[in-house]
Amino acid sequence: MDQRHQSLNQPKTAISLRGLRVNYGDTEILHGIDLNVMAGETLVILGGSGSGKSTLLRTLVGLEKPKSGQIWIDGQDITAISNDELYEIRKRTGMSFQGSALFGSMTVGENVALPLREHTSLEDSTIEIMLRLKLEQVGLAGFEYHMPSQLSGGMKKRAAVARALAMDPEILFFDEPSAGLDPIIAAGVDQLILELKKAFHMTIIVVTHELASAFLIADRIVLIDKGNIVAIGTTEEMRSSAHPRVRQFLDRVPEPDMEGELDYLQTLTEQYRRHA
Amino acid sequence: MTEFVSQLGADVMDSVAYVGALAMLGTRAAYYTFVGPFQGKRLRVQSAASQAMEVGVRALPILSLISFFIGLILALQSAYELGKLGAMSLVAKAVALSMSRELGPLITAIVVIGRSGSAFAAEIGTMKVTEEIDALEVMAINPVHFLVAPKFLAMIFMLPCLTIWANTMGIFGGALFGVAQADFTLSRYLQASIESLYLRDILSGLVKSVMFGVTITAVGCLEGLSTGGGAEQVGRSTTRAVVISIFLVVAVDLIFTGLFFFLGNA
Repeated sequence: MDQRHQSLNQPKTAISLRGLRVNYGDTEILHGIDLNVMAGETLVILGGSGSGKSTLLRTLVGLEKPKSGQIWIDGQDITAISNDELYEIRKRTGMSFQGSALFGSMTVGENVALPLREHTSLEDSTIEIMLRLKLEQVGLAGFEYHMPSQLSGGMKKRAAVARALAMDPEILFFDEPSAGLDPIIAAGVDQLILELKKAFHMTIIVVTHELASAFLIADRIVLIDKGNIVAIGTTEEMRSSAHPRVRQFLDRVPEPDMEGELDYLQTLTEQYRRHA
Repeated sequence: MTEFVSQLGADVMDSVAYVGALAMLGTRAAYYTFVGPFQGKRLRVQSAASQAMEVGVRALPILSLISFFIGLILALQSAYELGKLGAMSLVAKAVALSMSRELGPLITAIVVIGRSGSAFAAEIGTMKVTEEIDALEVMAINPVHFLVAPKFLAMIFMLPCLTIWANTMGIFGGALFGVAQADFTLSRYLQASIESLYLRDILSGLVKSVMFGVTITAVGCLEGLSTGGGAEQVGRSTTRAVVISIFLVVAVDLIFTGLFFFLGNA
């Protein structure tokens, strides 16, 4: 009990990023990201389209290889370990994808049971009980024999969360949890994340561009823009921030140079010529 | 001119890299099939069995019909020339030899490319686009182990089986002509076919068919795994899988036929 209190008082880092640079081809997407994620916190990575937030998440789970920099998870730099070692770390993390990424050829139950069947030697009957439990946790009790194609968007998201929870992960990643959902269903998914947070004390990392959802679920928010961290802080700190980019994002001010300054100049000149 | 040469050089480099990627994927699939089970990595027998059903058993009707026709065509074509020489009795031999040495394996491969090579590319390509391959990776399940290895096992097992079946159906196709036009009885035609075949004729065909199986699996799965972007890319991958598989199967055929020819003469 004492130890637990101590670890609660001195939060431990779950993930630590050091000078992370990621390229797609010749273009650099992330320009040296430094970030610490504390164990048990819910960190929301906020950013517009093309800001590099999704790339950051994909790099965090090892789907993209960084050009340079380190990603420390549980005392191991995942950019420098073997595939087998990376798989061992992945068994202790879960991820819910933007499009839910359920296997279309399997039932919802088989989807959730897959990591258990692959990585444990549990009896079928035990797995059955566990998958029912996971489905109940996400509010999908009784849907184990449905095919993913028979589920609505929100239910698919929930099933994907159940699958991510199957191995009782220490770290849970969400890629755009509310993308493509109507506001009510999206609020339901936010509620689910809040419940998980309360029930399991997991480290949760969420990538999103939804402001309302970010402020609802986050302990801390990281704002990413053009491959750099612009600001980082608790929800209150972000709300009261005077940083121009943070204000612009929070107050939803459109950008004049969406297409790059040169293109913008060109459209202006063309409009001017047409009028002249 | 220099532009042409540099373009040619780049294309050659790309092709070599592609064949390298195929070899790598094939090796990894072979590892999970033959070595992995002894190192505690599960052999996915159930998944392989359902693939074998799809690749093999479901291909039987169309393969039977096509190889029957091919056998009949071979008989007609060889009778055209053999008839002039008054050697109609050799038709059985001509059909049996060309079916089991060459056309049986090749026709089987072409049918399997059309049915299964394309399906592999489409299935894996769709999974790539919907992030299912990424999901496997993140769940610490190796996609090659999970998806490619069962297909590999099913193909190297089913292609020789299908080839034997195609050979048999081709011989029956030839027999139709033999009985109808060349004064054979069915049993005499079959007798003549069997007598004209040596074990090495059949075996060389079967060795080739195993290599075709490896080639088709590797190309189909590699095209699927390298699908990028959206749904229209899946269509492109599927087309590429079929075209490249047909070309490579013929190339592999040439290499092995040449090898057998020189080994046989040596």
